[in-house]
Amino acid sequence: MSDHSPEPEIRQPLTRRQMLERIALALTAGGVAPFEFAWGEQVHGEAREEKERTGAYQPKLFKPHEYRTIQRLAELIIPADEHSGSAVDAGAPEFIDLLCSRNPELADIYTGGLLWLEAQMRQEHGASFLEATEEQQTSLLDRLVDEGDPEKVEGARATRYGASEDYQGFSTYRIHPVSDLAPGVRFFEWMRKMTVDAFYTSPIGIEDMGYQGNKALGQYEVPESIIQEALRRSPFGGA
Amino acid sequence: MAHIRQTPEQHEVVVIGSGAGGGTVAHVLTRMGIRVTLLEAGPMLNPLADFKEHVWPHEVDHRGAEEGGGVYFGRGEAFGHFNASAVKGGWTLEGEPYTVAKGSDFLWFRSRVVGGRTNHYGRISLRFSDYDFRPYDRDGLGANWPISYEDIAPYYDKVESFIGITGTREGIRSAPDGVFQPPPPPKAHELVIRKASHKLGIPCIAMRRAVITRPLNGRPACHYCGQCGRGCITASNYSSSQVQIFPALETGKLKIIHSAMAREILTDARGRASGVVYVDKQSRTEKRIACRVVVVAASACESARLLLNSRSSLFPNGLANGSGTVGRFLMDTVGLGMAGYVPSLENLPRYNTDGMSGAHLYMPWWRWEDHDRLGFPRGYHIEIGGGYNMPRVGDFHGAARRHGYGLKLKRQVRKEYGAFVRFAGRGEMIPNNLSYCEIDPEVVDRWGIPVLRFHFKWSDYEWKQARHMEKTFADLIESMGGKVIGLTSHFDRHGISVPGTIIHEVGTVRMGDSPKNSVLNGFCQAHEVKNLLVCDGGTFVSNPDKNPTLTINALAWRASDHLAEEMRKGNV
Repeated sequence: MSDHSPEPEIRQPLTRRQMLERIALALTAGGVAPFEFAWGEQVHGEAREEKERTGAYQPKLFKPHEYRTIQRLAELIIPADEHSGSAVDAGAPEFIDLLCSRNPELADIYTGGLLWLEAQMRQEHGASFLEATEEQQTSLLDRLVDEGDPEKVEGARATRYGASEDYQGFSTYRIHPVSDLAPGVRFFEWMRKMTVDAFYTSPIGIEDMGYQGNKALGQYEVPESIIQEALRRSPFGGA
Repeated sequence: MAHIRQTPEQHEVVVIGSGAGGGTVAHVLTRMGIRVTLLEAGPMLNPLADFKEHVWPHEVDHRGAEEGGGVYFGRGEAFGHFNASAVKGGWTLEGEPYTVAKGSDFLWFRSRVVGGRTNHYGRISLRFSDYDFRPYDRDGLGANWPISYEDIAPYYDKVESFIGITGTREGIRSAPDGVFQPPPPPKAHELVIRKASHKLGIPCIAMRRAVITRPLNGRPACHYCGQCGRGCITASNYSSSQVQIFPALETGKLKIIHSAMAREILTDARGRASGVVYVDKQSRTEKRIACRVVVVAASACESARLLLNSRSSLFPNGLANGSGTVGRFLMDTVGLGMAGYVPSLENLPRYNTDGMSGAHLYMPWWRWEDHDRLGFPRGYHIEIGGGYNMPRVGDFHGAARRHGYGLKLKRQVRKEYGAFVRFAGRGEMIPNNLSYCEIDPEVVDRWGIPVLRFHFKWSDYEWKQARHMEKTFADLIESMGGKVIGLTSHFDRHGISVPGTIIHEVGTVRMGDSPKNSVLNGFCQAHEVKNLLVCDGGTFVSNPDKNPTLTINALAWRASDHLAEEMRKGNV
């Protein structure tokens, strides 16, 4: 088996019956050559088709400045590094735009979140999110992550209210958002979860992770060297 | 006054439901030359067109998040987008509601398609043990089966030989050996888990799964894409549709009526089943067919519902329900899942861990002689998980929550991939009087058929067993040098899986020696109606920790042999 799973490419459209025949061939070959699945007929994604046709994806919901902000956020969430490209390369902004364009509830989360982000940035630095410096951008995003940290939120609840149930009826102690950043915290959570979904399900993300499966094999084998390495590193040592 | 009446076609055996039970009955009877008419409430299945096997998430615009991102709002399919066209159902079905009594939790899973749940299920295929058929003798709880392990063993052999099960001979009493095909080799993380289980004195053996690793009856061996849940286009795993029903069609003895929702079983003046009334879903009209024998295999609760809805002057409490036990003794499996993080598995060289769908090893129950000391009366087995799975929508939300964003997040995800392990306990529930289903007098579904109302309570026995699972899984994770992350199943306020979510609901049309406290005899034949059989999980007297499908297959095969003999003798 090769070290790297080749990035699936669009191939000639195949019918499923042809696919079956190819699986059968791969199997009778005795597992010599694992067969890659890439369903020509399934690759009919709107976004992909449009990109191929026009060279660029035209956002269906977001205004140009909104879309550029989504792109910037996606790039900050999963940047390119020495292993692989960014979430923008992996199509995260298209994914978010397409889903939002078909779900008003989701669209409101994003358009509202983006406007909150703009307002917050203008209040802090007198600039839009895109105009702000990278340091200004990440400083705000760091705080949004920090305020949303599950352990810290729980901790805050415990100290403020958990030990003082008697006081919960008093308005001073009423449960309220942990901070003024709460709307931004929630928006950035949405942005992060949809960005990682888009990135890690993309060919770029799959390659980055090193997922080797979704192949037809004549025989299933586990490399002995990996078994030895896993056991050697485990508390049980050796084989 | 004479008037022209169309004589209805006389059917020989009508089977209601096309899952593990109905598929087996159709297969066995048609091979003996008996004509079978199979009613299925869902559509026909076309594996090549329907199954989304091998499709990458990125080949779909929404990546599996559903149109408009439905999964983010809890509107996703039961087992995800890529399994949905094999599942054809879930815990809710549009137009086919059920109700749950106040104070109870229950979720009812249904698949509406030829093949039912066998198109997508986990294919874990474990024989019941000898002691599983005598539970009352062991601990005074529940009831004994009217049959023994020796009665069913030859049928386990037949089923295993025909559908193909992987496994190794181990000589463990709680996990009787069968007719096995060679299993695929264990994966690296599974061998580390096995070291941990051996350290704790728990056996860890090759999984017994209805996936073939060698060609069988014209079916090619598994190609190890790991996607059995999406349905298998090469039929290398067991599904009643592809392994039993489609071949039975080729005998010319099987007729399938799909999109047919059975409403009532008719009886004649002598109290024998004489036909079936069903709603043709496509035309929304009622149809009736006459027949010699009715076999109900609609799934445990659906079968109970059909009998309860088949009232007549001879059977005022529902058909074959003189004992009042139809719908009673509803059981699911006790489920508990736990995830752990094992640093020593970080950054290992990647390899393909898809294999045969799911784990290649499992841990059978190991303390069947210790129940007095354990404080709970019945056992469980442990299923394991881990490896480098195909990245799916939702898999990395936890990482995003823990690691924020940026290069740190990206590096952490890479490092953590393959370092998670999962354990799932599957334990035996004791039947109790507070867990049952009945007809809700106020609600009908869109076909005009009265629906079920569920009542369910776990008891202290299940709670104690679940706590033992929790402790065992934590011990396993910690002995691997790992950290417990938390419970993974949808557990209820009792710290056990929500009833119905393990999808092993059984017991509602149980067999037994006495017509006073059971519906069927040991051949799945109704005590009160000789030409009426029930051949699904409803027949179970107890719900051992072994997943039910293999035993449904074996009981249905045995019942079919007996039925054919009774038909030959003219007794039915």
